[in-house]
Amino acid sequence: MKYVDEFRDPEKAKSLFCEIEKISKGVREKLGRQIQLMEFCGGHTHAIFRFGIEQLLSKDIELVHGPGCPVCVLPMGRVDDCVALAERSDVIFTTFGDAMRVPGSKKNLLQCKAEGADIRMVYSPLDALELAKRYPEKEVIFFALGFETTMPSTALTVLQAEADGVTNFSLFCNHITTVPILESLLDSENLCIDGFIAPGHVSMVVGEGPFEHISSKYKKPIVISGFEPLDILQSIYMALAQLESGRAQMEDQYSRVVPKDGNAPGLNAMQRVFELRDYSDWRGLGTVDKSGVQVTNEFARFDAERKFPVANVKIEDPSECQCGDVLKGKIKPWQCKVFSSKCTPENPLGALMVSSEGACAAYYNFGNMNELQELRKSTEIADVTK
Amino acid sequence: MTTSSNSQKRQLGVLNSDVITLSHGSGGKAMRDLIEDVFVRAFDNEKLSHMEDQARIELSELQAKGDRLAFTTDSYVIFPTFFPGGDIGKLAVSGTVNDLAVSGAKPLYMTCSMILEEGFPVADLRKIVQSMKQTADRAGVAIVTGDTKVVEKGSADKVFINTAGIGVIDSRFNVSSSNAQPGDLVIVNGTLGDHGAAVIAARQDLAFETNVLSDCAPLNLLIADMFEACQDIHCLRDATRGGVATILNEFVRDSKVGIKLAEKAISIRPEVRGICEILGLDPLYLANEGKIVSIVPPAYAGKIIDVMRRHEEGASCSIIGEVVESASHMVTMETSFGGERVVDMLVGDQLPRIC
Repeated sequence: MKYVDEFRDPEKAKSLFCEIEKISKGVREKLGRQIQLMEFCGGHTHAIFRFGIEQLLSKDIELVHGPGCPVCVLPMGRVDDCVALAERSDVIFTTFGDAMRVPGSKKNLLQCKAEGADIRMVYSPLDALELAKRYPEKEVIFFALGFETTMPSTALTVLQAEADGVTNFSLFCNHITTVPILESLLDSENLCIDGFIAPGHVSMVVGEGPFEHISSKYKKPIVISGFEPLDILQSIYMALAQLESGRAQMEDQYSRVVPKDGNAPGLNAMQRVFELRDYSDWRGLGTVDKSGVQVTNEFARFDAERKFPVANVKIEDPSECQCGDVLKGKIKPWQCKVFSSKCTPENPLGALMVSSEGACAAYYNFGNMNELQELRKSTEIADVTK
Repeated sequence: MTTSSNSQKRQLGVLNSDVITLSHGSGGKAMRDLIEDVFVRAFDNEKLSHMEDQARIELSELQAKGDRLAFTTDSYVIFPTFFPGGDIGKLAVSGTVNDLAVSGAKPLYMTCSMILEEGFPVADLRKIVQSMKQTADRAGVAIVTGDTKVVEKGSADKVFINTAGIGVIDSRFNVSSSNAQPGDLVIVNGTLGDHGAAVIAARQDLAFETNVLSDCAPLNLLIADMFEACQDIHCLRDATRGGVATILNEFVRDSKVGIKLAEKAISIRPEVRGICEILGLDPLYLANEGKIVSIVPPAYAGKIIDVMRRHEEGASCSIIGEVVESASHMVTMETSFGGERVVDMLVGDQLPRIC
């Protein structure tokens, strides 16, 4: 397949793995410990597991899987709000597919749909707007979530709704922003991350600037990366090269897609429709100031939170859940107390088990063969003794 | 006995309606007209022509063909009813035929039970029934008894079909999901995910334009030749919902072994790959309706591949992996990129990803 296979070429990968192996030796010696690189984005985590990159990578490097999975970090209280909105008889609730399984405190949207709520899976917010036009007697609410990657399409849909004079369309806005959460991670104590693989599609919208800011503020190498395996390997190499030469810069591996200053029409639409919230809750990471957006006053009539009562109750993460430690690179997913016992993709307890892009779900589904085999063996033995 | 003479024995009723109404399920003349004009006329065989409440099958006929009866049932609900490469009728016959055939049975007789939604167009019903007849003929099975119910509008989605089937298993064959042994090879009969991708593309909420067709087909003739080539096929299943990955996970669990796949050897059409890349789906879990996964002793693999290639439905068959010893009973895959990953059971449906 064009534009895909070129970026999955095993031969080119081999030479990249070799280069990485060579350079990482020196960097490890310099650090006196294993190198920790964090890929922020769930899309990268997914690709790393899907292609089995981790097992092929030099053992001098450890990849820490970051919080960039919007479905994973959605707090339980917000899912409860979704359920309450969806259960209204005057509402058609629309959502992206993978948000359907995110657990609320009592149920998720799939269960809510089974109980009779009119919940529809859409592939774009424009599909939701079309539904609003088709069902003028109903309020069509779009469950807006995601980082800056999906924000422009939501904002443009609101502008379209305004232009078309649609009055029965609104957003339940849960968009979150990349930079504040990254900063909050970098501000946390005992963080052990030497460099970052930054999200290519977020950068496509916001440009290189925000990551340049972080890299100079925190003196960490940051490489904006594409999502194919060769992209990721090249980005890892670029980050290592910075560590080797003692640099800490923003570099753009994904320049074939990322414009230096981002996407102006997208940013303009976002600026009109959204403004920063004072704070947002993140599953597994707590409350972070100015890390999410809400609908501006100008577009209040498209804001489901202003059109309908929304409880917005904060529900604490389960206490045994160690997602925060996994996200900060302190422990690996399988070292969590509840991994694959109390917390599985069927019954996710923590954020990272929720979506296939979450680090724990990725480990559970695709994971590191040796650890998983050991783990499954021991669970089977336990089953037999029951 | 020619089939055309059967229906000429008696004058069959004629259905004079463009849509199905509740009266077609009421047990009266309208129902009889529907059954005779649409079903009996199309399915047209000796056992059906008696119009008893049941088909009667001589035990001697069955006994001559093997030593065990295979008996299966499946219900078919699909949106859209007509999709590129098939329709619900073709699906309902192929699915049940394949469920019988993977046991090593020769499928012989089937039932056809339909639940119709009030208002369903009779022309569509005739198309579906014709498609069932064509597929049954291709598979060499007869549809010998059936039932129709009509429900009020909104109580069912257009048409639901249940088919049950019987076949006889040759005494030489003993295939089971618990028979896989380390060293065995895993063979599939072609490209994966065609049905799932065709149906996704046909649903109007995604404006995809592709040429991908469902692989929906009866595979009993292909399977019969595979069993002639190797009486000792260890495991055989058709990979429908949940795809090939799910079947392989059933095999490793039941046989207490592991399976190692080679991604390079798995063929997936570029259109199907494209749809999967866009939606974030994995073709290993996409539905097929004309694909079988077999686990065979390595000594016979070449011979089996040879006979499979003689069939249209097996022309692009390949060995996609091998059975290995594994205490953890896992399916793993060497990715074409050179890495290795686990191919686990899915928790629920695959859901398209946000970004």
